[in-house]
Amino acid sequence: MPTLTIDNQEIKVPAGTRVIEAAKLLGIEIPHYCYHPALSIAGSCRMCLVEIEKFPKLAIACHTVATDGMIVHTNSDKAEHARTSMLEFLLANHPLDCPVCDQAGECKLQQYYMTVGRHNSALLDNKIKKTKARVLGPHVILDSERCILCSRCVRFTAEISKSHELGIFNRGDHSELLNYPGKALDNPYSGNVVDICPVGALTDRDFRFKVRVWYLDSKPSICHGCARGCNIRVDYLRRRFHHNDGKRIARFKPRHNPDVNGHWICDAGRYSYKQLENEDRLLTPQVDGTPGGWDSVLAGAAKAFAGHVSEFGVNSIALITSASLSNEEMFTAQELFGNGLKMEKIAWRIPPGPENKDDDLLIRADKNANSFAAEKIFTSTSRAKDVEEVLAKTEAGKIKAWIVLDADLGPAFGDERIAKAAESLRFSWYLGSYRNATSQACRFVLPSTVFTEKEGTVTNFAGRVQHFPAVVSPLGGALPLLEIFAKLAGRLELPTVETNPARVYQSLGQSFEHFAQPIYAAPTAKAAPTSKVS
Amino acid sequence: MATQNTIRVSVRRRAATLSFWEQVYLFEVIRGLWITTHHFVLNLYYHILKLFGIRKTHPLTPTIQYPEECRPLALRLRTLHRLARRDDGRPRCVACMMCETVCPALCIQIVAAAVDDPNIEKRPKSFDIDIGKCVFCGFCVEACPEDAIRMDTGILDIASYSRGGMVLDIDRLLSLNAATERTDKEVDQLQKWLLQ
Ligand code: SF4
Ligand code: SF4
Ligand code: SF4
Ligand code: SF4
Ligand code: FES
Repeated sequence: MPTLTIDNQEIKVPAGTRVIEAAKLLGIEIPHYCYHPALSIAGSCRMCLVEIEKFPKLAIACHTVATDGMIVHTNSDKAEHARTSMLEFLLANHPLDCPVCDQAGECKLQQYYMTVGRHNSALLDNKIKKTKARVLGPHVILDSERCILCSRCVRFTAEISKSHELGIFNRGDHSELLNYPGKALDNPYSGNVVDICPVGALTDRDFRFKVRVWYLDSKPSICHGCARGCNIRVDYLRRRFHHNDGKRIARFKPRHNPDVNGHWICDAGRYSYKQLENEDRLLTPQVDGTPGGWDSVLAGAAKAFAGHVSEFGVNSIALITSASLSNEEMFTAQELFGNGLKMEKIAWRIPPGPENKDDDLLIRADKNANSFAAEKIFTSTSRAKDVEEVLAKTEAGKIKAWIVLDADLGPAFGDERIAKAAESLRFSWYLGSYRNATSQACRFVLPSTVFTEKEGTVTNFAGRVQHFPAVVSPLGGALPLLEIFAKLAGRLELPTVETNPARVYQSLGQSFEHFAQPIYAAPTAKAAPTSKVS
Repeated sequence: MATQNTIRVSVRRRAATLSFWEQVYLFEVIRGLWITTHHFVLNLYYHILKLFGIRKTHPLTPTIQYPEECRPLALRLRTLHRLARRDDGRPRCVACMMCETVCPALCIQIVAAAVDDPNIEKRPKSFDIDIGKCVFCGFCVEACPEDAIRMDTGILDIASYSRGGMVLDIDRLLSLNAATERTDKEVDQLQKWLLQ
């Protein structure tokens, strides 16, 4: 364990730690471009130069290993001068496109210019022209003039996605980052190069010119795209809705969590924000396709339910639930329908299609966010766990009614089969967020919110329980599922249902050992700051 | 101790000291009335001479026959906005949102769109200024990195019968030009637009 001194502060670090990391532990940020903690070290930008006593020259902090007794100065005159000069070099051929550059506002060139640069340009020659606005792949667009050749993106495609699409071509000031001829930047993780590019050379085609980043607010959340539960940051608009096509959620960005997703998220998850406010959202309660108010539709739904139960009994009803609901919603559904109404057929299992496979980075075959909790919570009382079984029994006439919780059965079983099976039903409720074949097959549709519009926790495939807050308010007339449950319980004259997710989680912890550890912040505690991608 | 928290506030006194006759007040009132009456009578006299064509101009208080006649405006005066064009006629604005961001009255609304030309990349699809809210601070002009938004049209008399009429869209903003570049014909057209 070497002990070194950085800017007069001593610190003990594990052997092999780089000086830049040791400084980070002391809260000292050494300006850097090419260094990224998850990638190999390139040492190409020379922005991290520091002065180390007894070294003949300045050394790069990202590559120099901390040794015992080392004395580092990050702010000596020499180091500062070197940094400013390096930045001047990097900006020598830079187009200064900031007005049309999507990176403006979160650009490391802008940041370091204001903190350590502030030089006047001494360049007399014309700047070198390179490729602009070149589409690299389905998600990424390149502006070579803005590139500072840090090679982070090249190393990402070589080391993380292992797809090898990008390279740096030519020499000297004609060096240019490009994709290999005929090879598009098209891999399941391609969006990450936009996050790690410290400048505006790689930008998101999807986000391009939608909204300026300084109009966005951020909240931490959990991606619901698969069972991994990647930690994300949701960037959303709070005002000025003429931007971003009038939608509130503007993008998802990965949030660093070494235990779950590291620095990355996959493209499927990254662009899943688009459906959250699309035209398929259910916004008003409906009966047989006719929109109505909450009160009238709930009254009709409760009446249909009570009539059905008195005629056929509760066992002719199946609860089909999505395995992406939050822990709190599943627990409340189990309390309400499983333990309260004694329904025995609660199904959530849909085997993933053959096109879905686990990969060795993040992507899981199970596209549900919370299958782990479903297995824990529903297993004890359910006698029909597979949706396939429920469908077969419906077709055989044994099941006469459905309560569907946000489950879209179309992709797995085919829209026609669902519509046909639903025809024989005496009544059906659909409590969900999107219009799809299943919602259209159901008589009573009660719109619920998506995960960015409600608070809760989800459990990833490894059993890790993670919290997500409500980022924006519910869209249209949609309500959080817990509140719909409470309204239904009131109509059906069942015991009252708790709608505060924190308190539901407490009861959940009392019933299931796995959820006993506290997740919700104490009411007064401030929310943890969201870490931006480095 | 409470005294530690007290802040001494100095009381400002008027510096001027009044003489005895000023303090009597009545004489000062009469002197004030004399100035007013003096100007009134002189103006009346010269205006009557002008009315009968005996004099063309008069040296005292001028009357400007607005709106047919306008006072000359200083060139640096901040007047109605316009969007400047490039040499090829396309808007200079690249929808960078600097003006929208800096505007303290939140009266600028821009929607950006992509352009195929890689030397421009971005343009405003719509650009609305709600003049009814604008405080004519000129921050938008200061902030613009492209010198695209300018407040040099010399137009100050902006009125409308509806709130919507006060919102200038991109076509109108692009159609205006600087007061100094205007030909007589354009001035006439502008008059018509303003008076309609
Ligand atoms: S990369 Fe940064 S400095 Fe360069 S144009 Fe974009 S915002 Fe400006
Ligand atoms: S495109 Fe961005 S990440 Fe890639 S080398 Fe250039 S500056 Fe670095
Ligand atoms: S002059 Fe001031 S208030 Fe008016 S549009 Fe410009 S920035 Fe906004
Ligand atoms: S600051 Fe200038 S270039 Fe930017 S949006 Fe406003 S008018 Fe257009
Ligand atoms: S960060 Fe050290 S050389 Fe680039």
